[in-house]
Amino acid sequence: MRNEMHLQFSAQSQNESFARVTVAAFITQLDPTMDELTEIKTVVSEAVTNCIIHGYENDPDGIVYISVLMEDSFIDLTIRDDGKGIMDVEEARQPLFTTKPELERSGMGFTIMENFMDEIEVHSSPENGTEIRLRKHLIKSKMLSN
Amino acid sequence: MSLNIELETKHNVLCIRLAGELDHHYAEELRTKATEAIESRNIRHIVLNLEHLSFMDSSGLGVILGRYKQIKQLGGEMVICAISPSVQRLFDMSGMFKIMKLETNEQFALERLGVA
Repeated sequence: MRNEMHLQFSAQSQNESFARVTVAAFITQLDPTMDELTEIKTVVSEAVTNCIIHGYENDPDGIVYISVLMEDSFIDLTIRDDGKGIMDVEEARQPLFTTKPELERSGMGFTIMENFMDEIEVHSSPENGTEIRLRKHLIKSKMLSN
Repeated sequence: MSLNIELETKHNVLCIRLAGELDHHYAEELRTKATEAIESRNIRHIVLNLEHLSFMDSSGLGVILGRYKQIKQLGGEMVICAISPSVQRLFDMSGMFKIMKLETNEQFALERLGVA
């Protein structure tokens, strides 16, 4: 069965918890494990934080877009902004790399996304925003036996 | 969903107890409160109690690493205690456990720093 959800909200840090809790609530239909749910919430938090801090550089007028598509036991998560984009995607994905060390950014966002999801695609270019596509297969999902 | 920050001073040790969710939104508040306490209370060491922390992301790693560097510059230590498996995964991923000390509870953490 196919089911999808689309969400858009202001690029404000108080919406980070709203975003991860909302996505988690939608995913719950697939009966994920607690670990899988935590992984999805963490990944949403990382990607949305990137949109706010890096994409829009804390401009609260920016809009963050999230789409979630569930099909069988697969989850496709797309998180997008229309912000300033990433100059060098390969460099940005390196563990501990950050363009904002003065803000105490750990540089672990992409590494966490890569570790917690099965597939990741980053589409970005300067001034054209960033779109992160993430895919995860829920191993123990009960949808398999339906 | 919010973060509750409790700060208590025991001798020259600042005990930071976190309850709730530590993300980018609350990381800034934690940085401000902890930094202010370290500077104003003659603090030498930090015990970070994560027993009631239900969620953390890489913004949490950043602010914790920042306080670690701050206390190291003062010649002190940071001991983290009562960490959950999901938070521990993030620490492991970042390699932060190679430099930070870990204990199972606050009592052991204080003993390790010679206070208790």
